[in-house]
Parts: sequence; structure tokens; C-alpha cells
Amino acid sequence: MLYRETGQFKTSYAADAAVFPILQDRIGIAAILAFAFLAVPLTLPDFWISAVLIPILVFSLAAIGLNLLTGYAGQISLGTGAFMGVGAYACYKLTTVFPDANIILLIVLSGLAAAALGALFGLPSLRIKGFYLAVATLAAQFFLSWCFVRVPWLYNYNISGAIEVPTRTMLGVPVTGPNATPVTRYLLVLAIVVGMTWVASNLVRGRIGRMWMAVRDMDIAAELIGIRLFRTKLIAFAVSSFYCGVAGAMMVFLWFGAAEADSFNIDLSFRVLFMVIIGGLGSLTGSFFGAALIWGLPIVLRSLPDALGVPIRAATVEHIQLMIVGALIIFFLAVEPSGLARLWQIGKQKLRVWPFPY
Amino acid sequence: MRVTHIVLGLALAAAPGLAAPAHAQDSIYIPLLTYRTGPFAGSGIPIANGMHDYLTMLNERDGGIGGVKLNIEECETGYDTKKGVECYEAVKAKKPVIMNPWSTGTTLQLIPKASVDKIPILSMAYGLSASAVGNDFPWIFNPPATYWDGLSMIFKYIGGKEGGLEKLKGKTVGFIFFEGGYGREPIPLLEQFAKDYGFEVKMYPVTVQEMQTQSAQWLGVRRDRPAWIIMWGWGAMNPTAVKEAAKINYPMDHLVSVWWGGSEDDARPAGSSAKGYITLNFSAVGANFAAIRDIQKYVVDKGESQVAAKDKVGESHYNKGIYNSVLIAEAIRNAQKLTGRKVVSGEDVRRGLETLDINAARWSQLGLPEFGAPLKVSCTDHNGHQATYLQQWDGRKWVKVSDWVAPMTDRVQPMLDAAANDYVSKDPAWPKRTEPCDRSS
Repeated sequence: MLYRETGQFKTSYAADAAVFPILQDRIGIAAILAFAFLAVPLTLPDFWISAVLIPILVFSLAAIGLNLLTGYAGQISLGTGAFMGVGAYACYKLTTVFPDANIILLIVLSGLAAAALGALFGLPSLRIKGFYLAVATLAAQFFLSWCFVRVPWLYNYNISGAIEVPTRTMLGVPVTGPNATPVTRYLLVLAIVVGMTWVASNLVRGRIGRMWMAVRDMDIAAELIGIRLFRTKLIAFAVSSFYCGVAGAMMVFLWFGAAEADSFNIDLSFRVLFMVIIGGLGSLTGSFFGAALIWGLPIVLRSLPDALGVPIRAATVEHIQLMIVGALIIFFLAVEPSGLARLWQIGKQKLRVWPFPY
Repeated sequence: MRVTHIVLGLALAAAPGLAAPAHAQDSIYIPLLTYRTGPFAGSGIPIANGMHDYLTMLNERDGGIGGVKLNIEECETGYDTKKGVECYEAVKAKKPVIMNPWSTGTTLQLIPKASVDKIPILSMAYGLSASAVGNDFPWIFNPPATYWDGLSMIFKYIGGKEGGLEKLKGKTVGFIFFEGGYGREPIPLLEQFAKDYGFEVKMYPVTVQEMQTQSAQWLGVRRDRPAWIIMWGWGAMNPTAVKEAAKINYPMDHLVSVWWGGSEDDARPAGSSAKGYITLNFSAVGANFAAIRDIQKYVVDKGESQVAAKDKVGESHYNKGIYNSVLIAEAIRNAQKLTGRKVVSGEDVRRGLETLDINAARWSQLGLPEFGAPLKVSCTDHNGHQATYLQQWDGRKWVKVSDWVAPMTDRVQPMLDAAANDYVSKDPAWPKRTEPCDRSS
């Protein structure tokens, strides 16, 4: 009744091709953005901002990165964690060399470093496909993890092998380091994530995105209609790694505050892959859903007994939480194998015909 | 589909109720970051029990400290840095007076936050060695000894057995370590020793994935045949290493571990073949102390402890947990004395930690005579560099085989100063110490 496009006429191609062609969608997205930019910083306690929302946004961006590669271009990668690490270490090195440079600029530049390495490790994708490609990217994961430990130059010869984030300011306000307030860091992360999501949504709807999807659906057919496979796949690897690299740099600079090589291990790669699969392959909205579910659900479950006043021990809660999250993942995938994004889409379809379904 | 909606609805409905519950102002809040799950649970469980049970005993026996109840709460980290930081953020709102990260990775992340949030960090004999320098790290404490102290004590022991460290010339010393901040910490001093005494160091790093299958590392040991092996392991890595060493018939009395490899559960799985395995330790083993008998009476017998069996009370790592809690309790007591307030804050406890002075008489007063070496912390020295002793596995239990061994402070201190200076100079915005210094009470 409320969510209906009847009477909304498109009079130009631009209006027809808009990201959000329906008025209600535009209102919805504006409301979400207003909520995220204004209501959240004003109302939510620090714990929610720094331990829940910042991680979810960072992981969303990483999931978008992997989704561009796996969901849109059809190339499986298990190297996400390592590419995030490349971004983090690159940003660390950059800020050591240019201490006065704007930190947002450095975070974006470190994405470029990750993109270069990602393209390099994407080279085998021309000849290797499917599971075999997954194994090849696994090699990238292990090689880069090894580098983070064994190349002391990367962490400035620090004895403990960790990278520590120095304080950097923007317009006199500390944005990284211990003095940066959660709200400042949150707004910065949010701005970067929103901006890059907007770029990604235009990318996948444009020529490059269509090339990716053609390659994903059938690479021989794509080649026959004149798409250069090699270039398309490499672009996918580079763009995907760029997103992951920025996410990694944000993870260390705007969330952790310090990191060691182990922060970027294979578990991180798998975690992001789960987010993509549960959220929905080939959907940007799904990346946010997946990140929110995989990161947010355990936190909600962990704090439930405390909030309800049930005295359960921390370790027991942890065990139960693992079981519930595992069961829910299977449940969601069984109900809708295409992920949460598909559920969202079905919901919107139903809403369109409500209250007179047919 | 309906079920999905119900689940989602429940999840959403639950969300707003999750704000931190209000805390009573008449208690002192002490969160404990523990890990009873995951591959490090083997080491984490006895320590968590020791910490929890001693503080609970103070609540039950004395009604807390200075008449103020302690509000003890565990947060499960699984030894995962991300979860550790999440726990920190979660408990921060409840105004903890002290944090015990129990993970070098988490400690490194909390160090810069401590001075901002005004919560002191007690990383007992782990964490960043350089944080012993109180002038640069006023909020971080790592008594009773740093890893560099530990390594120097191991070398004192080796020197004693070899008849002088010069005798190591031309020999090989193996170093098997957990591949991470914790395991890498002693390497600079080890390399310095190698240069000074002319021996060769062979490194055997063990990653988290390899912890339970160290065949590659021990194959290397078989090939290199090092005269001594020094171990820096944690969790499932320790028992595996001891078993592998026994399997290749390595002389066990030449395998020396830092204090974190000194749990019964590290040696027991290898049984009698682990006989001779040596580790450092800084707290006594056994339950024959008045305070530990009180723990049994007030906590374990009442079913308030999580120990699997009664005989676990008094084991090596359990007692290290007690040691940690004794430091917390003494710091709170000092803070109450210094401020005259009963309900103390993180700032007060920082002052209490800086005036820690547990001499032999005080250990006896606590019902723990000879439990640890006398410990004294000062404003400049947040560590104490106290002596530790060596214990040897006799096939069934740990036996003390040395007196208290003092570290080579002359070798360690310059390195600490250099490392602290290095840490601080990397961040021009690192805060200068403004906290005044209290006289020891």
C-alpha cells in the first residue's frame, strides 16, 4: 500500500537508470543515512559504536570487496585477510614516511598498494578456475602472512612485531590513536564506507560490472562477444583488493589501534567469505547484512544472558553462542540459499503487493 | 518464512535491552579477561580459576577489601585479540579499576588506551617488556619480571650447568617459540647473548596452526642437535613440544621453558618421559598455604569455583592466577590507604600499583609465606625485576630445583630503556608523564 511505484513516471533515461528508481527507496535510504550520520552518534553509547558498528562497517567494506570478485566476477578468493593486511601495513608505512599527510588520503592510497598486489596474485586466474583458483589465492594468503612476520621493515623493526597506530589529527581533531573518540572514528568509517559503496554500486551497474557478470556466467561466451577475459579478471582482482585494502587500513587505524601479523590470518579470510555467502553473492546490500549477522549476532547473544539477568558463566555463553550462530547460519542458508539479500528482495516484493497478494 | 520473521523479530526486540546494566556504587568492579575455550584453554583455565577463586575468597571471608565487596566478572576472549578488545570496550562503561588482558596481543592494543581511559593495566609477567619503564608508561605494570629478565635467568642456569657461559662457545642453542608478539619478545636479547658468548641460535617458530603438530620443528631439532633448547610457548603448544622432545629422545633436562610452560598440564601428557623438563616459575606450587586452604573452604567446597577437580587447586598455573589476584588486591588496599576512600577508582589503583611492596613478612601476613619472591614496584620501575626459581618435572609433579635466581639487570635495563624510548619516540603525541609519584606506603 505504502510501498508502490504506481504513478511514478520516468520521463528521462537518467531517471530510469537511477540507483534507486522508486521514490520510497530514496526516502528509505535517506532515512537510513540520516539515522547513521546523526541519530547514532548522538544517542548510542560508546560500546555500541566502537565494538559493534565500526567493526560491522569495516567488515561490510571488506565483504563488498570480496563480493565484487566472487559474487560479480565469479572468481573465488581465500586471500581477503592477507589483502586487508597489505592495506594495513601499507597505511602504517605511509604514515611513518609522511606523518603530516591527511590520514584519509593515506588510507585510500594504501588501498592502491593492496590493489597492485591483488592484481599480481590475480594473474593465475587466467588459467586456473574454481577450487583450483581458491588454492592459488590461499598461497597468496600464506605468503603474505609470512611476509608480515618475516619482513621487519614492514613493522619498522618493532621488537614485538606489532604495528601501533600513532595519533593523527584532521582539522585539529584527533582521528586515530587513543585520543580519537569513538564517534569521530565512526563518522570517518561511515563516510568512507558510504562513499565507496556508492562507487561500487555504480561500478557493478556499468560497463565493467556487466563485463564481470558476463565472465562469471560463462567465460567462453563472454570471450566470444568480445570481452577480454584477462583484463576483466585482473580489474576484478585489483578493485576487490583495493576495497579489502581500505577495509584493512580502517580496521587497524580506526578500530584496533594496533595489530600484529596474526590479525590477518586465514580465519579473517574465511570470516569475510562467510559474510559474503550468508549475505548473498552478487549483492552489495547483502554484504552489509552478512557483516551485521556474523559480527553482530555473537555480541547480541553474548550480552543476552546479562541483559535478561540469567546467571550463566562467560565460557558457557561462548559455547552456546557458537552453537546458536552455527545453527542460525545453516538455518538461513536452508531457508534461502541465495542469502539474506534474497530474503530482503522477497520481502520487498511482498510489500509491494500488500495487502492484496496474488 | 514465518519462523524467519519470528527469529528476526526476537533478535530486534532483544537489541535495545542490551545497554550495560547499572552498577552499584558501593562495590569495586574487577573484570577478568579469561579464556576457557579454544586452543589456549589448556593454559587459560587454571589461571582463570586461580584469579577468580582468590578474589571470591576475599569476598566470602573478609567481605571484600576494606569492607567493600568486589564485583568480579569474567569476559571470555578465547585468546583472540579482537574479542579481548571487544571485552575491554564492553566493560569500560562499568568503570573497572584494573584490566588484566592475559594476552600480549590484547595488551599491546590496550597500552595507548590506558592513559586516556584512566584504567591501569596489569600484564603480569607478559606484555610489552618496555612497559616496565614507569616514566614512559605510567599506566602499565608488568611485575614480577619481564621476558628479558626470564631469558637472562635461563642463561644464568645454563651457565651454571655448563660451568660458565663462555663454555657455550661454538655450541648451538635452539629457541622454539610461539610465532607472535609473545614469542618474539625475547629474541633481541637472545641474539645479543649469542654474539657475546659465541654460540649459534637456531630458531624454531611455531604458528597457531602448527601448535598441535610440531613435527617440522622437531625434525629440525634432530638435525641441528642443539645443546640446549629454550621454549617460549603457550596453550596447546607446550604439551605438544614436550611430547615431541621426548619422542626424539632429546635430553629433557636441557629443555628449559619460560614460566608460561610450567603448568602440570604441559608436562603431564608426556608422562614419565617428560621427566627432567625444566621451567622457570615465580610462584610456589602446592596447596599448603593458609590462604589456599581458605579458598578451598570458602569457595571450592561451596561450589563457587569452576575447577574440574579439587586437586587442581594449588597447581602451578592456578597459583599464578592467585599471584595475579594478590597483586590486584594489594594494589586496591594501597589505593584505599593512600586516598582514604573505600570505593577506589582506576586512578587510585594506579597509585596503589606504583606503591606495591610485598616483602616476605607481607607474604606471610597474606597467608602465603614464601609464595613468591619479595616484590617491590616503584614509579620508575613498574616491573620489579624480581627473582624467579627453576622447577623440574619428576614424572608426576614439579620439584623446586634452584634457589631464587636474580635476573641480569645490568644487561636487561639498558635494553628496556632503549625499547621504551623507541616506542615513545615513534609517536610524537605520546603523552608525557604528568602523574605525581607517591611514597611507598
